[in-house]
Amino acid sequence: MISHLLHLESVGFLADGLADWAAAATVLRGSADYHPQPLVVPPLARLPAAERRRITPCIALALAAVEQALGERAQVADLQYVFASSYGDMAIADALCRALALPDRPVSPTRFHNSVHNAPAGYWSLAAQTRAPATSICLEGGSLAAGLLEAVVQAVAEGVPVLLVAYEYPAPAPLNRVVPLIGPCAVALVLAPAGNGPCLRVGGFEAARVSRLDNPLLEALRTGNDAAQVLPLLKRVACAQPGPVWLPYLDDRALRIEMVAGDGG
Amino acid sequence: MVPVAITACSLVTALGGGTAANWAALARGQCGLRPCDLAGVGLATWIGRVAGLEQVRLPAELLDFDCRNNRLALLGLDTDELAQRVAAARSRYGADRIGVFLGTSTSGMSAAEQAYAARDPVNDRLPEDFRYATTQNLDSLTAFCRRFLGLRGPSFTLSTACSSSAKVFAAAARMLALGLCDAALVGGVDSLCLTTLYGFASLELLAPGPCAPWDAHRQGISISEAAGFALLEREGAEFALLGYGESADAHHMSTPHPEGTGAALAMRRALARAGLDAGAIDYVNLHGTGTRLNDCSEDRAMLQVFSRPVAASSTKGWTGHTLGACGAVEALVTLLALRRSWLPPCRFVTGPDPALATPVLTAGRTQRVSYAMSNSFGFGGNNCSLIFGRTP
Repeated sequence: MISHLLHLESVGFLADGLADWAAAATVLRGSADYHPQPLVVPPLARLPAAERRRITPCIALALAAVEQALGERAQVADLQYVFASSYGDMAIADALCRALALPDRPVSPTRFHNSVHNAPAGYWSLAAQTRAPATSICLEGGSLAAGLLEAVVQAVAEGVPVLLVAYEYPAPAPLNRVVPLIGPCAVALVLAPAGNGPCLRVGGFEAARVSRLDNPLLEALRTGNDAAQVLPLLKRVACAQPGPVWLPYLDDRALRIEMVAGDGG
Repeated sequence: MVPVAITACSLVTALGGGTAANWAALARGQCGLRPCDLAGVGLATWIGRVAGLEQVRLPAELLDFDCRNNRLALLGLDTDELAQRVAAARSRYGADRIGVFLGTSTSGMSAAEQAYAARDPVNDRLPEDFRYATTQNLDSLTAFCRRFLGLRGPSFTLSTACSSSAKVFAAAARMLALGLCDAALVGGVDSLCLTTLYGFASLELLAPGPCAPWDAHRQGISISEAAGFALLEREGAEFALLGYGESADAHHMSTPHPEGTGAALAMRRALARAGLDAGAIDYVNLHGTGTRLNDCSEDRAMLQVFSRPVAASSTKGWTGHTLGACGAVEALVTLLALRRSWLPPCRFVTGPDPALATPVLTAGRTQRVSYAMSNSFGFGGNNCSLIFGRTP
């Protein structure tokens, strides 16, 4: 579908029991058992203290994945950003709806500006002092694949590296009954038109069965959080095992992504 | 960039249903705003309301999507023969080859507000009939339009506050350029809800009367609702999207950069992509919300980009601020200015603010337009400028 190859320059990953990409890769390779202990999101190094106090756990989760993927990368201004989330910040939605159900409707201004879907993108531009384009998208049930496709499209169409971050943070009650997520998960991928790292190619939309994982705990994470739908792709990366994966996309169709052999480019 | 043809469009705002009704209202200087009369809202502000929304009925098979926002979306699809034009494109290209990229800031949030108000007082549960995915979720808008129109191409909902439905034009242009689709439905729909009314009230940004962008005594925004859609194809129309520019402010979550640095960057990037000098632009539809800081910031940005004054106006004094829909609404107003060779003015109460250096239109002007720009800037410092013109 898109013939260009993109280099997967770096990965950030957080979920219960998987504090970073190194830990996730070890488990995906089968070199360690998976114990889903509750995730502790690390403090964000780049965000000014005043802004750090204003962010929510959902925003912190997304930005932690971004920081992890960028690591010591000196240049962050040459990147464009795609933020993808199926459910956004449900704690904020809950707090706003609770306040609006009270007689005097005491909405907090900070909560209100944090309620925009692009709040993590906005805070990241403050943290990194970057004026690069950032977009924030949602495809319920398929935000990871939609975000990955959009990141690839931006990288190819504009010839720049793009950071995709997909994130989902569980809802508080009572929203957790209508959107039951297994736990928090965020993944960040830096995709570059040129450079190092394994290569990815986006295929088409296929009415194929989506790729699954053998480990039942990892499979539960994959089906229990839309951001964790990336795991079959990350397993190929962790194992350096070329081949295709099918990620849930629209309706009954999956997006085919292929990891291509070698480091070539 | 390769120009992208605008082959169909539809517009529903507080000024009326259809592009012709909206244009006629702008031409006669009709203000679509009224004192807030939304049931149960006790805010001293003005709003823009789309008439008849309460009576709109969704098709039986899509009733799960019923909420104010999707009713407004349906009105938009049923206006200006848009659904018929999309159906014709679908038979030309196939359903899998038409993308759907729509912007919204609150989607069906009003359904969630109602569900929370009706929580069980004992166990705090939401009512059993609350349908989260097809109402509150941001993608409910786009899912509804995909289903109603039978489209199966690449799709997502884009939500970057008030730049949402400007950025969908850029997203669709890239998808078309890479051959991922042969046509794309883009647009934006946002509807009145308590979240935005009380949210902007908490930030003290609501005008007590009808908003008056660029006015010396402007006092804030008037929240409004609208649906705007456009069908994009590679060719086949007189007018086209010629450039887009996106940027971030990196300044503050809800206050624009005081020098308009991010906004100027978006405009420059749009000009570069269109291959145009600023001097080629004949008209700018300003973001112009009517808050003191927003208009100051955009004014500074305009001064940086345009060395000579360009005809400019904000049309929010007529339509109100339609938030996630304003990018699409004002892109279509800009296209109408191109098509009708007439530039809409700002709506003033006391007259232009002498502190703002960018001269704006105080009366409508008949003028042939070759190239026009539309600006949209949102919370989180998220900016997008679009340039439209005749298809080369």
